[in-house]
Amino acid sequence: MLEIKNLHASIEGKEILKGVDLEVNAGEVHAIMGPNGSGKSTLANVLAGKPEYQVTAGEVMYGGKDLLAMRPEIRAREGVFLAFQYPVELPGVNNTTFLRTALNEARKYNGQPEVSAGAFLSLLKKKMRLVEMPDTLLSRSVNEGFSGGEKKRNEILQMAVLEPKLAILDETDSGLDIDALRIVANGVNKLKTKDNAIIVVTHYQRLLNYIVPDFVHVLYDGRIVKSGGKELALQLEERGYDWVKQEEVTE
Amino acid sequence: MSNADFTVEELANKDYKYGFVSDVEEEKFEKGLNEEVVRRISDRKHEPDWMTEWRLKAYRHWITMKEPHWSNVKYGPIDYQDIIYYAAPKRKPKLNDLNEADPNLLQAFEKLGIPLEEQKRLAGVAVDAVFDSVSVATTFKEKLSELGVIFCSMSEAVKNYPDLVGKYLGTVVPYTDNFFASLNSAVFSDGSFAFVPKGVRCPMELSTYFRINASETGQFERTLIIAEDGAYVSYLEGCTAPIRDTNQLHAAVVELVALDNAEIKYSTVQNWYPGDKDGKGGIYNFVTKRGACRGVNSKISWTQVETGSAITWKYPGCLLMGDNSVGEFYSVAMTNNLQQADTGTKMIHIGRNTRSTIISKGISAGRSNNSYRGQVKITRKAENARNYSQCDSLLIGDKCGAHTFPYLETNNPTAQVEHEATTSKIGADQIFYLNQRGISTEDAVRLIVNGYCKEVFKQLPMEFAVEATRLLSMSLEGSVG
Repeated sequence: MLEIKNLHASIEGKEILKGVDLEVNAGEVHAIMGPNGSGKSTLANVLAGKPEYQVTAGEVMYGGKDLLAMRPEIRAREGVFLAFQYPVELPGVNNTTFLRTALNEARKYNGQPEVSAGAFLSLLKKKMRLVEMPDTLLSRSVNEGFSGGEKKRNEILQMAVLEPKLAILDETDSGLDIDALRIVANGVNKLKTKDNAIIVVTHYQRLLNYIVPDFVHVLYDGRIVKSGGKELALQLEERGYDWVKQEEVTE
Repeated sequence: MSNADFTVEELANKDYKYGFVSDVEEEKFEKGLNEEVVRRISDRKHEPDWMTEWRLKAYRHWITMKEPHWSNVKYGPIDYQDIIYYAAPKRKPKLNDLNEADPNLLQAFEKLGIPLEEQKRLAGVAVDAVFDSVSVATTFKEKLSELGVIFCSMSEAVKNYPDLVGKYLGTVVPYTDNFFASLNSAVFSDGSFAFVPKGVRCPMELSTYFRINASETGQFERTLIIAEDGAYVSYLEGCTAPIRDTNQLHAAVVELVALDNAEIKYSTVQNWYPGDKDGKGGIYNFVTKRGACRGVNSKISWTQVETGSAITWKYPGCLLMGDNSVGEFYSVAMTNNLQQADTGTKMIHIGRNTRSTIISKGISAGRSNNSYRGQVKITRKAENARNYSQCDSLLIGDKCGAHTFPYLETNNPTAQVEHEATTSKIGADQIFYLNQRGISTEDAVRLIVNGYCKEVFKQLPMEFAVEATRLLSMSLEGSVG
């Protein structure tokens, strides 16, 4: 589904990704871990097409297409979804309208009929149960005045509505208490199918107790320096990132 | 945006869609202004002597005045002798029989989306249509008259209800008020008149549609709305003009009078031709609008969506005279390309326990300039007056300007006056967030801007809110680099 080869990316002239290689297939959950500043969020944002980042080398193929050649909104309509680490507030933009607009943009792009307001509402109600979100958040403006936990739940609600092929969760666990974490993780697990893939970007192993990855990768200084199964996350938790750093140095 | 019925492509190709010229036979005066012209206008309208005299007094006062230049707008000198002060469709239809109207004229209103007959009947909106200087049709008159509501053109009102007009005309905006109001008082050719008698809640929206068609013509309409004790009326005003490469002057006056426990809601969607991308042509919209809350517990609410005109210069205000009276001002002013807007309100608190609310949303794009100018004055006797003002400016791009000029004057220690102002830009992170959800940049801007204006749009009657959203989208077109 996703094939990243020798990806280099920089921001404001500073190189952050220094040759990332990664392959993700349908039905898989990949976790990307690493210390602060290792490039985890950059990778997530580059895949989503954030304009501030320049890709200086490498390629990313997504479903056989050149992902990097697509505008961000096209990537989204093609099924790439980024759950933001810091979801932005959109004052006055109604949450329901926003969600329906987003869904219909993707449907139009994929040659499907648009969903009417009525049909959308019943769909939305169903999806909301997935993230245990109260109805009141629907009539509010997107993320405006939401608590940290509500914002993250709103991200997963969007994921549930848009049903992406490739979901990238950027530090979705940050700022969540244990109950909210469980709710968010349950939501994600229910959305997992054999046809989609999830990349979980996280700093801590904690989230991976709930969303169990098939593969764990350690990103360090802009490269993936170690890959393994879910037990790698536990090792990291135990030994810290210094362990990987030292290995990197001695290699 | 799926809930708007056009696509980005359509939008990108959309120019000012009301820019057509209608081929309607018109009677026009020669250019220029003098006492003789004022007399002739009055004569054409078969006005009583007192009306002619009033116009002449206004004219004589006007020639002693100088055009004001304190607003934050720039324009070349206006030659007031190079303007036609009267233009009217020749075949004037009888007011209750549209079939006798010039078919081109009716077609013009169809084109504007203002079908004067069936559709409006279904929508339950009574319409008065002013084409160039003359009111051509008022719908629903009979139905309204059963309730004692008078809704007609100003010319008819002067003829048929001289006592009412004489009692109220010029009492809110005197002919000496300001340069453009004086000019209007001298030469106004038509406009709308509405009178809602004691205790009557006007069952439908009253609406006037203003259209400038003739070239080199100034439009000077005059609107007077009176709500007697306990009456309620909601009034809508829309305006468009053809594309012309010279500037045209529009100097209107609107006066509202609310007596005890009365309420007037006045909504405007102003879409005069704004000029082209290089600032050529467009309407100079120099307007005086004022409402007097004369009675206790009366309320006047102004809502305006200003997207058109090369220059907008207007401050719909409220004189809060009655105790417990309420004034409101909700405004969205959008400027693009080289448009200039200097708009805001005046809230003058005179009675006790008077309250006013000001919500102003300015949006500047292109190389435009957008100023909010607002005066809140609490007079000595206005015990316990309250005002809340919120003035937000949104900038799109980095070549436009937003300015806020609040004037607060408090002469009573019990007053509470609050003023909040913000200036923001549409954030790159907001755009990217929407992009990442499959929404194009142009639609993202539209969503954000509509969200920003929501507080004002929700004050508009449904039909108008939809129109306002569409207009805003059109004005935004090309503003996203």
